Amino acid sequence: MFERIREKLEILADAAKYDVSCSSSGSNRKNENKGLGDAEGTGICHTYTEDGRCVSLLKILLTNHCVYDCAFCVSRRSNDIKRAAFTVDEVVELTMNFYRRNYIEGLFLSSGIFKNADYTMERLVRIVKKLRNEERFNGYIHLKSIPGASEELLKEAGMYADRMSINLEMPTELGLKLLAPEKSHEDVKKPLNYIQQSIVQFSDEKGLIKSTPRFVPAGQSTQMVIGATPESDKEIMHTANAFYKNFSLKRVYYSGYIPISHDTRLPVIGSQPPLIRENRLYQTDWLMRFYGFDVQEILNDANPNLDIDIDPKLSWALRNLDQFPVDVNTADYRMILRVPGIGVASALKIVQARKFGRLHQDQLKKIGISFKKARHFIRYADSPIQLREYEAGHIKGVILSEGNSKYLKTAQNQLSLF
Amino acid sequence: MDLYVFDGTLEGLLTAVFHSYQKKAAQVKLVSREHFHPDVFQESFTVISEDEKAKRVWAGLAKKLDREWMLRIYKAFLSEQPDIFQDLLDFARYIIDHAEGASENYGNKHVLAISQMSQKVHREKHRMEAFIRFQQTADQIYYAHIDPDFNVLPLLTDHFKNRYADQKWLIYDLKRKYGLFYDLEKVEEIEFDFAAEFSANLNALPQQVLDPKEELYSLLWKDYFRSTNIPARKNMKLHIRHVPKRYWKYLSEKQG
Repeated sequence: MFERIREKLEILADAAKYDVSCSSSGSNRKNENKGLGDAEGTGICHTYTEDGRCVSLLKILLTNHCVYDCAFCVSRRSNDIKRAAFTVDEVVELTMNFYRRNYIEGLFLSSGIFKNADYTMERLVRIVKKLRNEERFNGYIHLKSIPGASEELLKEAGMYADRMSINLEMPTELGLKLLAPEKSHEDVKKPLNYIQQSIVQFSDEKGLIKSTPRFVPAGQSTQMVIGATPESDKEIMHTANAFYKNFSLKRVYYSGYIPISHDTRLPVIGSQPPLIRENRLYQTDWLMRFYGFDVQEILNDANPNLDIDIDPKLSWALRNLDQFPVDVNTADYRMILRVPGIGVASALKIVQARKFGRLHQDQLKKIGISFKKARHFIRYADSPIQLREYEAGHIKGVILSEGNSKYLKTAQNQLSLF
Repeated sequence: MDLYVFDGTLEGLLTAVFHSYQKKAAQVKLVSREHFHPDVFQESFTVISEDEKAKRVWAGLAKKLDREWMLRIYKAFLSEQPDIFQDLLDFARYIIDHAEGASENYGNKHVLAISQMSQKVHREKHRMEAFIRFQQTADQIYYAHIDPDFNVLPLLTDHFKNRYADQKWLIYDLKRKYGLFYDLEKVEEIEFDFAAEFSANLNALPQQVLDPKEELYSLLWKDYFRSTNIPARKNMKLHIRHVPKRYWKYLSEKQG
C-alpha cells in the first residue's frame, strides 16, 4: 500500500518538474468557510530543492500516459519509461495532508493527454471541484488548460482554480513544428484567449453584482523551453512581450532545456542546460514588467542576443551612456530605476528621502543600492569631480573586475534573480 | 546625557519616551534592566512602565505614522536586540519632533535603523511561516516547535489561524518557552516547559504520540522533495542562500 503510492508520486512528480512555474501569489481566495487554507496575498516558498528552485506547490501530473509525441518532453508516447496515474482521491488526499503539515501552498496539477483532451480535462476538473466543494480547501490551485478541451470544461475549471496556464513550449511556431509537429501555437492561443475573455467578463460582472464568483483570480501564465531550438533571445522576448500584451498574462516562464532525449534534433544528453541565458531572459522579463523598459530597447536587430557576462540593464546603460550620469537628487523616478545597481525598492527610498535634503554617498550605500556598480552612472551631493568621460568598454572592465566573479563563472552556476 | 533604565517591555520603552519629554531631556541613553551595568559616575533614572503614559505616546506616534510604520515599530521591538531600544527611542523622538511625513526620510539613521530591523524580523516571521513543519499527533493536534532568532510568535497568530482554521495546532518557541495553541475557536498563548520531555530536534516527536498516518506523509514529502529536484541544475550555493543551514533543522525533508 505504502509502496504503490510512493512509486506513483515519484513517477508523477518527476515528470512534472520541468514545468517551472511555482508561483502561489496573486490570488484573493480567503478562508471564509472555516475550511483549510488561505490563498490570499503573497506566496510562500516552503523549501528549495538542491537546484535552488522554490517549492511552493505540490507539482504533479495526474498521469504521464500521453497520446502526443513531443520530442522535448519526457512523457512523450515513444519514450520507454514507467507510466502511472493517480486516482482523484489520491490527489485530493495528498494535497490535503501536505497542506495540513505546512509543506505546501497548494496544488499544481498538470497531465499527459490520455484518450483525448476533454477526457483529461474532465478528470482535472473533478479533482479541483472535490477539493473546493467537499474538502473546503482554500489553498492555491494552479491548473493546466488542456489544449483542445471544450469551453464548458475550461470555464468550469476556472471556477475552482486560482491560476491556469498552458505552455507555448517553443518560442516560435517554426521551432514547435520541428519538435512537436502535432501541436501549434494556435492550439495554445485559443484557450488562453477564452479564459482571458472570461476573466474580463467575470470581473465586469463583479462590478455590478457583488456575489459574482471568482474566476481564475491569479490570472494565466505560460512557459517556453529555451535552448532546444535555435531561436534568438530577441525572438523569445518579443514572443513573450506579445503574449503579455495580447492575453494579459501574469507571467511567462523560461525553462532552459534539460537534455532528456537521444533525438538528433535536440542537444545531446549530458550537455549543460543554458542556465545563465535563462537567468538573463528572466532579468529582461523583469525589466519589461517592473522597470519600464520596452522590449525593443533591450533586444532589437542590432542586438538580437543578451550579453552573457553582464546583465541586460547594465548592457543597456553601456549602450546608452548619453543618458547618464543621472543625478539621484533631481532625476525622475523613471530614470533612477534605469541605473544599473539600483532596484525598485532603493529607487523608491531615494525619491522619498531626497525630499529631506540632498543625498550623499554614505546614505545611498545605506539605502541599499549596489554602489560599486551604480557609481559609474550617477551624481550625488558629494560625488567626486570627474575629469574625463569614460567609455563603455572601460566601465564594463572596471565593474567586471570588482564583481566577485559572479559574471565570469562558466555555465556551472545558475545566477539567481529571485 | 541622561541615562534611563527600563524593564524591557514595549510599554516601558514608550513610557521612557514620555519621561524624556516631561523632563525636557536633550538626549537620552536607554538601556534595559537586563543589559544595565551600574556605573558609579553616572546617575540613572529608572523608568516605571505606565500604561497610561505608554498609550499616550503610542497614540501620538499613530497620528504621524501609518499602520505599516506602527507595525514596523512593533516588529523592530520584537527583535530583542539591545541596541534597538535606543534606536526606537530616538526614532520616536524624531517622529514626534518633526512634521508628518518624516518617516519617509530614509537618509535619517533612526528611520533607516527601524526600517531595516523590522525588515529582518519580518523575514524571520516569513521564514517561520515557510519552514514550520507540523506533525500530526494521536490526539489530532498539529504540532511544531521552533527556535527563531527573534521573538516572532506574536506575529504568526493571524497567518496560522486564517490558514489552519479547521485543525487544532500548537506552535511552541523552545528558546522563549511559550507557545500558541489554536483550539478551533481562538488562539491562546500557553506556557509550559517542554525541554524536559522532548528532544530539541525539530520534527522529532516520539513515534508513540504521533498519528499512525504521520509516518506515511512525512515519507511521501521526503520522496516528493527528492523527485522534484533536477540534478542537471544542481546549485548548492543558491540552495543555501535560500535556506541557510541554520534553518535545516526545521525541514523534515532535509533530515536523514
